[in-house]
Amino acid sequence: MNTADRTAEAGRLIGRAIERLEDAALLSGRGRYADDLPVPPGTLHAAVLRSSHAHAELVAIDTAAALALPGVVAVLTREDVKRWTRPFTVGVKQPMEHWCLAVDRVRYVGEPIAVVLAEDRYRAEDVLERIDVQYRPLPAAIDTRTAAAGGAPLLHPAVGANVVSDRSFRYGDPDGAFAAAEHRVALAIDYPRNSCTPIECFVVVAEWNPAEGSYEVMANFQGPMTIHPVMALALNVPSNRLRLKTPPDSGGSFGVKQALAPYIVLMAAAARLAGRPVKWTEDRLEHLVAANSATNRVTRIEAAVRRDGIVTALDWDQIEDCGAYLRAPEPATLYRMHGNMTGAYDIRHVSIRNRVVLTNKAPTGLNRGFGGPQVYFALERLMQRIAAELGLDPLEVIRRNLVPSDAFPYRTAPGALLDSGDYQRALDQAAAAGGLAELKRRRDAARAAGKLYGIGYAAVVEPSISNMGYITTVLTAAERQKAGPKNGAQSTATVAIDPLGAVSVIVASLPQGQGHRTVLAQVVAEVFGLQPRDIRVTTEFDTVRDAWSIAAGNYSSRFAGAVAGTAHLAAVALRDKLARIAAARLNVAVEDVRFADGKVHAAGNPDNSLSFGRVAGASHWAPGTLGEGAEAALRETVFWTPSVLDAPNEADEINSSATYGFIFDFCGVEIDRDTGQARIDKYVTMHDAGRLLNPALVDGQVRGGFSNGVGAAFFEQLVYDVDGTFRSGTFADYLVPTACEVPEPVILHMETPSPVTPLGAKGVGEGNCMSTPVCLANAVADALGVADVNLPMTPAKLAELMAIDDPPPRPPSSTR
Amino acid sequence: MSKRLSPDAQHRISLVLNGRAAHGRAEPRMLLSDFLRHVLGATGTHVGCEHGVCGACTVRVDGLAVRSCLMLAVQAEGRCVDTVEGLAGEDGTLGALQLAFRHHHALQCGFCTAGILMSLADWLTRTPKPDERALREMLSGHLCRCTGYTGIVRAALAAAAEISGRKTAEEAPHV
Repeated sequence: MNTADRTAEAGRLIGRAIERLEDAALLSGRGRYADDLPVPPGTLHAAVLRSSHAHAELVAIDTAAALALPGVVAVLTREDVKRWTRPFTVGVKQPMEHWCLAVDRVRYVGEPIAVVLAEDRYRAEDVLERIDVQYRPLPAAIDTRTAAAGGAPLLHPAVGANVVSDRSFRYGDPDGAFAAAEHRVALAIDYPRNSCTPIECFVVVAEWNPAEGSYEVMANFQGPMTIHPVMALALNVPSNRLRLKTPPDSGGSFGVKQALAPYIVLMAAAARLAGRPVKWTEDRLEHLVAANSATNRVTRIEAAVRRDGIVTALDWDQIEDCGAYLRAPEPATLYRMHGNMTGAYDIRHVSIRNRVVLTNKAPTGLNRGFGGPQVYFALERLMQRIAAELGLDPLEVIRRNLVPSDAFPYRTAPGALLDSGDYQRALDQAAAAGGLAELKRRRDAARAAGKLYGIGYAAVVEPSISNMGYITTVLTAAERQKAGPKNGAQSTATVAIDPLGAVSVIVASLPQGQGHRTVLAQVVAEVFGLQPRDIRVTTEFDTVRDAWSIAAGNYSSRFAGAVAGTAHLAAVALRDKLARIAAARLNVAVEDVRFADGKVHAAGNPDNSLSFGRVAGASHWAPGTLGEGAEAALRETVFWTPSVLDAPNEADEINSSATYGFIFDFCGVEIDRDTGQARIDKYVTMHDAGRLLNPALVDGQVRGGFSNGVGAAFFEQLVYDVDGTFRSGTFADYLVPTACEVPEPVILHMETPSPVTPLGAKGVGEGNCMSTPVCLANAVADALGVADVNLPMTPAKLAELMAIDDPPPRPPSSTR
Repeated sequence: MSKRLSPDAQHRISLVLNGRAAHGRAEPRMLLSDFLRHVLGATGTHVGCEHGVCGACTVRVDGLAVRSCLMLAVQAEGRCVDTVEGLAGEDGTLGALQLAFRHHHALQCGFCTAGILMSLADWLTRTPKPDERALREMLSGHLCRCTGYTGIVRAALAAAAEISGRKTAEEAPHV
């Protein structure tokens, strides 16, 4: 008997939509978020002075007036950070430096210049305006194309260009395919900057311990823990001298809280200067101007197409705008999708040119979807254009190009191993259950009534569990050889039993609100035949005490596939030890030990049983009595890495993620002829995320991603003027959708379990950020019959596409 | 209140927080949100934007939902302030609205949730039988980035039905 079946007959918990264990505390004000936690006595409060210029030399910084004010203890400036820190490690080899404070120049509006440390936050903020900064303004590089073409001022003069990476890739024979093409269809895209803006901002509490030469930091950082070495190197301490802890609860992240890293280093240096603990709580204005952003990207994509709509080759030209500094893990946004640049399609010939350009905007980083929105907006818009130009049905063009359902596992041309799926069946089920025929009738009726109505489609492969090696695809094979290979995605989980037999789980998953504790309690309770409420799950993280590796953290939708799976492996290992201990006591063979309803019993004879607590506590109370061949069952820590994640090879092929889900969306959108306002009439989203661990939480992820997608489609943009002035500095300027703008999507599921992950689960958190913006844009393009649709699709922009003129002045009304 | 306050002095503020007397000291410029969180220790009220858009910091002052980031602590002198900490029973038993939020997965990170609960606690007393459109209008004063609002809308409608149903049942014998 397979040991995994030991609880098969017990009630299944995995896959059930149980209510969240987190919620009782969060609903009654008992959450413990970063800003809620107590700080050491004497903690100072920090306020950050930020650049008002997009690009300028820093001539002088005078802090004398500030330091003379009551309540001010210290002001951290560039001299201090040059003494105690080093520039951050960068993923490409270029002579450019990014320090935690501006050193010689400022390169974006909002860049930190100094940190005031005062007795309270109000005073610290007061003092900012008393610091005298002399700038020598420089012209700014803002437009991405101009900067890439060499026509803009240089940000980092030693590099000699604003393009800091330029790589070309070829898979198959794209030249031959394009030469033989019956049609060529091309499209240019400007994908804007946006951010998922968690409602909780950044918090850092830092201390310096001179006796140990160590820093201790509490921050609502979300990983990836690849950034821990980057921070330790920047602080110039051994990595075991940077202790990083995270709070029990986080007020959302969506990737954004990866960008705490420079502030962790900054506040650590500030604590060292002051000789006292330092707390910094970012405010919303700081967050919008400088925290983080998705990359904006200029893409030209072209397809070689047969007259039946079959795409034989793709040619990508992507210019990625990472802002003023290439901040780790960038340029990862550009490479995360590299293995699946062919999307859901069977396209064997691909060429890709990837350029990374720096401009005088805030540095970019993780943001839900991470590279997917940019790629799929281009690819799925292109599929719609192919249909329009060839006079084919857009759904038929998608269908004809899909990876065949009998081809899994399928190796894409750029190297991804699509592990499982049945994309055709997903389309069929979505069309039937989602009411596509009815939607077409609605469209026809609306059009017959003179309305502007369109239907959009999007098919998206959603990668999850990033390969730690994919970022090195930015390097040449020779450079990679020199640096040493990188690959894998180590996950870890610990399951422990205490003397009374109570079970605890500790993971390094850094949840940001998704409900990891609930799912882990389900998974582990099922293994032991217990109830979820019996399991205590701890997710606050501590680099000194916890088991972790570089892949730890909350990103790349890795929880369900990697972390929950690893927790299952640890629980099963512990349970199998318990089975040996129980076998001797029950006087049965190990194979016949079962775990159910809080008891350990003999198969087929539930009366021959022991309480779970009794068996589980035995290794603490009486390790000498466990019986022959039985090991103590106290605590299991398991590390697991997907076997399919190799480093990029000589041909630059890379399996950039461990597992790949599938999404098929369609929607109906109506556009008001007078105002240009778009209205989502219906939205259907079909997901294959492998095995679902808790369907309610999965739907929550889908709805949240959909909401972010609606925001990106119609509202959200971090806007810069031509001189680099930032124009989206409040929530009244950076518009995010409210309950009035987000309709309820129809959510459908199918499950083709992943053969790669321990539980067959795949990630699901980011997919709608990839599929929804382009699905809506395809509907708008269909409604208006236009080719060039860029985000966000504001009424003003759509009115322009519709060539709505201002209404003529009304004739003077005649008097009666 | 015509008393003049000295800007740099700490002033004693007395109010009723969740039904109990509470006191603290604050400079006149201190926001009510900061006073609740950092002086009185009621950290269940969260701060998301401090410019009155996101709604996370919503509390009830004398029963009315207000944004505590747009009110000074000294303005709360003598008033009754209710926060999310007061929604559950003394023993931690969740109320109908809280239970509905859990049941309908109306929260993920939970950071905006306190403000939404406090707005609903006020609004549902004045709008016992809301329709979805009016409810969404009211909720548009709150930003949630996790849920897409579906669960929140379902939970609020379910809680409203339950509360008004309970009231009807209670009142029925008297009709």
